[in-house]
Amino acid sequence: MSLETDGAAIDLHEAIAFIWREAEMLDRCAYAPWLALWSAAGRYVIPIDRGTTDYAGTLNVAYDDQAMREARVKRLKSGFSMSSAPPARTVRTVSRFVETAAEAGAIELDAAMLLVEYKYETTRLLAADLNYRIVRANGGLALDRKVIRLINSDDALHGIGYLL
Amino acid sequence: MGTLPSDAASVPDYGSLVREDRVHTSLYRDPALFEAEMERIFTKTWVWVAHASELPGKNSFKTAHVGRQPVIVTRDRAGQVHVLLNRCRHRAASVCEQKKGKASVFVCPYHGWSYDVDGRLRAVPHAAGYAQDFDKADYPLVALRTEEYNGLIFATFNPDVEPLADYLGPAKKWIDLFMKQGAGFGVKAAGEHRFRFRGNWKIQLENTTDAYHFPIVHKSFLTSLDDETEELFDVLGQGGWIEDLGNGHSVMVMIPDLVDLEENLDAPIPERFQALADELAAEGHSDEQVRRIVRAVGGTGFNLNLFPNVACSMAFFRVLRPVSVTETEISHIALAMDGGPEAGNRMRLRLHEHFQGPMGFGSPDDAEGWERVQRGAAAGEDLWILVNRGTDPLTGHGAGDNVGDVSAETGMRAAYAMWKRMMTA
Repeated sequence: MSLETDGAAIDLHEAIAFIWREAEMLDRCAYAPWLALWSAAGRYVIPIDRGTTDYAGTLNVAYDDQAMREARVKRLKSGFSMSSAPPARTVRTVSRFVETAAEAGAIELDAAMLLVEYKYETTRLLAADLNYRIVRANGGLALDRKVIRLINSDDALHGIGYLL
Repeated sequence: MGTLPSDAASVPDYGSLVREDRVHTSLYRDPALFEAEMERIFTKTWVWVAHASELPGKNSFKTAHVGRQPVIVTRDRAGQVHVLLNRCRHRAASVCEQKKGKASVFVCPYHGWSYDVDGRLRAVPHAAGYAQDFDKADYPLVALRTEEYNGLIFATFNPDVEPLADYLGPAKKWIDLFMKQGAGFGVKAAGEHRFRFRGNWKIQLENTTDAYHFPIVHKSFLTSLDDETEELFDVLGQGGWIEDLGNGHSVMVMIPDLVDLEENLDAPIPERFQALADELAAEGHSDEQVRRIVRAVGGTGFNLNLFPNVACSMAFFRVLRPVSVTETEISHIALAMDGGPEAGNRMRLRLHEHFQGPMGFGSPDDAEGWERVQRGAAAGEDLWILVNRGTDPLTGHGAGDNVGDVSAETGMRAAYAMWKRMMTA
């Protein structure tokens, strides 16, 4: 996950503002600008086993490198996926931020997400622990890792036709 | 709710709801009919509960369901598998709430009755409070009849049902072919995606034998593949076939080249697996071994649908669990080579994630489609569900005289014929 960064420390509030911008993009299904938030080596991970960090060696809901993120967004926006055309409406909040590590040009933090989705007369609540690594690159911030640990990741879920 | 045709004694005439080419909408909608299915099908025939690899070694267990009834599947110290109702014989509390694990004893949390992994009641606290004639041998966890074929473990409440091997019949050959994707290492369960949809269980049962939907529902999956792989998944265009295997079972061959994974080992390595082949070769695996692993890594080219609740589906097990007349839980169990090279197993996990799971490129669209079936079936209670596609067998097909085109609804007709047989028995 290491990459070239420009070295300046990232302030917690700067990181939170970045995460909120990301959350708002996702609720709008603004996936093209969301793709641009990522570092080239970044990983978007939704594990099934909440305790694991060996994502490559275990089965996940999603374990995306850049190519897979791009393919995922293409699919969600294609109009040919009935689970995402139309997608459920979502409203999410991200909070309970805790800084867990920091180095020159990078910050890691944990957070909580509550997401409400609505489709076909049904409203559902999803809750997740989030872990981010955010780096300073190309004059701005970039997502270098986002791990979404759903509270019920190892139980039966429903089809999710949008991005967490 | 739809009303069932009834005879004078008001016993529903289930047989009239299934014709050769159509089934009645009430099969998706009627709660009373669902109750009858749980009794007449799910307690009367073999129901899949586990793969042998999910019980690795003595005192290992997993929890599962037979119909709606929770069970514990255990392997005892001698290696024998038991399927036990997850219900204390005292006051009914469940004795195990873990999905899987190791245990040498199951202790009821309510009053402390303890059971051996073979179900025997080992001890009850303060036993002196019971009458003299209280005999622990009278109160084991209730055991189901349990049999295994090539790693697939089934259980049944029915002591009189035919042996599993007879029930599977011609499906056994396809199970054996399916297991070849272990590439000589054996097949091992490697995690699962579980999800629910708001629809009747038979909608999913049908889907495993439905090639017709694939290019429509999974267009967004197909366009995410490289050209060579997209061509491979042109499932209607490769001369595939579908065959009724009896007892409600069927096989749908979508990619004839991938029926037998031990054949055609000299074929060129597909582009998408070239990096894997290079990695395996660099690890010191022989060329033959590399070819065997790579040929098997994407799974087989067929779906074997076993009535009523499991399928060996290309590269994974699909397990369904009826929850209610309008809700079904699905598990897609990923498979790996048991002890095989990590690079190959990682590839298998990534392929599984690509299509399966709540955010896969395929499953969410399937689930949405099945929910749309249930929503649509709210209309027209007198209408029928058509399963009349491809009623004529193919003539002169190499696979035999009784096979239909891959997109024929032969597998659904096979399942519904068995449904009718069991519901009217």
